[in-house]
Amino acid sequence: MTEGQGDSSPLISLRDVYKDYRRDSFVIPVLAGITLDVKRGEFLALMGPSGSGKSTLLNLIGGIDRPTKGEVRVAGETLNALNPSKLAAWRARHVGFIFQLYNLIPVLTAYRNVELPLLLTRLSASERKKRVTLALSLVGLEGRDGHYPRQLSGGEEQRVAIARAVVADPTLLVADEPTGDLDSKNAEEILVLLRRLNKELGKTILMVTHDPHAAETAAKTLHLDKGVLRA
Amino acid sequence: MKYLRYVLSHLWHSKRRTFLTVSSIAVALFLFCTLRTVMTSLDAGLRASDDTRLVVRHAASLVFPLPLAYRDRLAQVPGVVKVGYGNWFGGYYQDEKNQFTQFAVDVSTVFDLYPEILLGPAEKEAFLRERTACIAGEALVKKYGWKLGDKIPITGTIYPGEWPLILRGIYRAATPDADENAIFFHWDFLNESMPEGRKNLVGIYWLKVASPSDAPRVSAAVDQIYENSPVPTKTETEKAFQAGFIQMMGNVSTLLTILGSAIIFAILLVTVNTMMMAARERTTEIAVLKTLGFRDGLVLQLVAAEAMLLSLAGGLIGCGLAFLVFRKVNFTAGGMIPNFRVLPETLLLGILLACAMGLLSGLVPAFSAARLPIASSLRKVA
Amino acid sequence: MARIPLAYNLRNLAARRLSTGLTALGIALVAWVFIFTLALAGGFQAALTTTGTKENAIIIRKGSTSELMSILTREAVGAIESQGEIARAPDGTPLAASELMVVWNLPRKSGTTTNVVVRGVGPKSFALRPKVKLVRGRMFRQGFDEIMVGRMVAERFQRCDVGDRLKLAGREWTVVGVFDSKGSTYDSEIWGDVELFMPVFDRPVYQSLTLRLAEPGYLAPLKKRLESDPRMNVEVEREDRFYADQSGQLTSMLRVLGLFVTSIMSLGAIFGALNTMYAAVGNRTREIGTLRAIGFSRGAILTSFLIESVLLALLGGLLGCLLALPVRSFTTGTMSFATFSELAFRFQVTPGMLLLGLAFSAFMGLLGGFLPARKAATMPIVDSLRQA
Repeated sequence: MTEGQGDSSPLISLRDVYKDYRRDSFVIPVLAGITLDVKRGEFLALMGPSGSGKSTLLNLIGGIDRPTKGEVRVAGETLNALNPSKLAAWRARHVGFIFQLYNLIPVLTAYRNVELPLLLTRLSASERKKRVTLALSLVGLEGRDGHYPRQLSGGEEQRVAIARAVVADPTLLVADEPTGDLDSKNAEEILVLLRRLNKELGKTILMVTHDPHAAETAAKTLHLDKGVLRA
Repeated sequence: MKYLRYVLSHLWHSKRRTFLTVSSIAVALFLFCTLRTVMTSLDAGLRASDDTRLVVRHAASLVFPLPLAYRDRLAQVPGVVKVGYGNWFGGYYQDEKNQFTQFAVDVSTVFDLYPEILLGPAEKEAFLRERTACIAGEALVKKYGWKLGDKIPITGTIYPGEWPLILRGIYRAATPDADENAIFFHWDFLNESMPEGRKNLVGIYWLKVASPSDAPRVSAAVDQIYENSPVPTKTETEKAFQAGFIQMMGNVSTLLTILGSAIIFAILLVTVNTMMMAARERTTEIAVLKTLGFRDGLVLQLVAAEAMLLSLAGGLIGCGLAFLVFRKVNFTAGGMIPNFRVLPETLLLGILLACAMGLLSGLVPAFSAARLPIASSLRKVA
Repeated sequence: MARIPLAYNLRNLAARRLSTGLTALGIALVAWVFIFTLALAGGFQAALTTTGTKENAIIIRKGSTSELMSILTREAVGAIESQGEIARAPDGTPLAASELMVVWNLPRKSGTTTNVVVRGVGPKSFALRPKVKLVRGRMFRQGFDEIMVGRMVAERFQRCDVGDRLKLAGREWTVVGVFDSKGSTYDSEIWGDVELFMPVFDRPVYQSLTLRLAEPGYLAPLKKRLESDPRMNVEVEREDRFYADQSGQLTSMLRVLGLFVTSIMSLGAIFGALNTMYAAVGNRTREIGTLRAIGFSRGAILTSFLIESVLLALLGGLLGCLLALPVRSFTTGTMSFATFSELAFRFQVTPGMLLLGLAFSAFMGLLGGFLPARKAATMPIVDSLRQA
């Protein structure tokens, strides 16, 4: 954790954030005045019905979408102010994404998938190898590095995706329904893994889910409804 | 370079598409090289010409002969080092389809005027000694499987009858552009067989001058001598003479250029389509790369690099194939293109063209990949 | 067997408009090149095959492959004209013309130079060739320094229109008329009085004799008698065959070149079509599974994709045909090896060529569509439904 800020200041800080979508001539409000602070090391679950804006909020915090109005500060940067290329560099440095459908690159092996974020760093090939091996063992997939995504089960694919999310040691993990496509046994394993990442490595985790059991894993749960937060 | 593996993985993963795309580009470039080689081979005579050689012909047309009596007068023109002459024979071997160049030449000067004709001393002597002897280019000899001492009957169309020539020498061309698909024989043999009234007539004279700068002066001097005679001359450098020949062929090069452009354009369209489809299938993947922190510019490069690699591979294969095929096959298009040879610059141009195709076909998908919004592209699938 | 409606294919093609357009345009260009080369070879051949008629015979020296290399003496010409097989003109004289052919270097309008056939013709020459019609000016008068030019010569060469003065063999000639012969090689010639040309061009002999046969069946006996006469040393040929033979080598070379280029090029286009159709199958995997689940047979899926591919190719073919229509107005000149001079001709686009182009496109579609269609048809239903 190299940021020059004290642990007391929030890692994520949203001030009066609005997000509208335009469909033809309609304006659809998705987020309507969100103010939120998340401290470093927190494990936060975001719940709410479909269309409540959970994923949109997550995307804003992960720096892959921009608010219509308001300020999004994450890890010491005001994301609204960054140009696309600075924002990309920021994501590479600070955020790890975990998706419902894993989103592994089908043509790359597990190893190469995990290595992808490291290609953006200055690390040498041997350093990259060390990190990838470490990340894969962390998620319990040592020895499966040569397999392609289609040769893995859903649970395994998601663990590769988690390894890819943590391999570059980001500050923040952002997970969008990480257990949404898994059976309960595999889902449980993923949740255990996330908890370990939070507890043992101190990763701040923000997880969108509509599974109450999954939400229980998190230290704190926020509810979102029609674009507004209800604690 | 570390990204190369990523690009290669995609190409390797879609083996069928990679194969089909590379093949179609290879086909286009093969055709390009072939058509361009037809064009450049028609110009071979132009490249083989020497600036110190002049050609004297009848002012009206090549089909009219000049008197043999001009020879001595031409030799006296200041600047002329050597005078040679010959008649285009225009016959065929065994069948009308077997056409190639035959020249009846003044054997005493032909080797001085044309040092490009490489002939061993023994073979040269045998050729000079015998009235009905001839020499043939190595490529031609190979084509018809002749041996030294063979009787090669040539049927004349301008000079009727069958002419029993005997092969006494096999020459090689000193430069790659010089014609190795020709036969040379004694002008004297032709002349003495002619009836009265067709004797002592020369098709063209060749003049050797000391330096290229003498050429304009000598040309003007020669044409001035015969300007008001019944048989006026036209004298020009060998290069200009060859250029005139090419002009007579008409707009072959325009036609070939039209064909070539249509081919390249057709394959370009097909390739653009393939690249766009390949990129569209990967919408989510590109969005994922961006969430990982890949900059738009980097994504653009990765997509463009894929198109580039495909085109380059296709270009190398197509051009390489053209080079190999036409080196092995002595293709002469029925004697019309005696020196069919793929020039290095054709290959280079082909590769450059392939690169341009890669660039163009990668452009649209690369830019749309770079501009792809992340959040909405991810949602499409989830 | 239930068929998948054609509308399904049409809608799919319309849905991926850009991809359909690009592939169709690629195929269109292949079809265009195919028709272009056919039109080139066809135009050249037409020029030579329309030059002669089967009612006429042409006589040249034995062993010459063209008029240019031939020699006929006045004595031989006199002997031939007395043969009984020759038709008679109304005035009772034989319908035959002995002619002279020389080639002369002239500047094109583009500035480059090339050889042009200059033919010395006799009083019967026009009667022997009814296709040759005066289109501008008037006929030349015998014994005057006057010439007529073919339509192509007037179009393509400098100082070759009515009223112009042209220098040939050291003399100035007035161009008094332009004639048209419906695309035959005469359109690329300059005609003048043979009896005047002989002294001017310093040619004491004729080169060919063209005659009208009184009966078509007379050719054989005439040919036999003249060719077996050792003093004559001539060859007798039916006029249309004589010119058609001259076209043979170059026409077949153009055809071979066209076939070579288009077959190789079509290979590239088929590869492209394969890519397009494979992608179409890939994108619609789930849809195919659904159709199968509903009860459409494998055959129906195979047929449907094949039809789609052929439709796509035909669309391209049609476009190629449309693009090929203006090719009709192209004129080009090439060196005729028979006369060593320029022969200008118009490209010929026939309905047959267009149909051939369409058939060729459909064939490309069939080849490019078969493997992807088979893949679609043989996909296991369950797997394809599961696909994302």
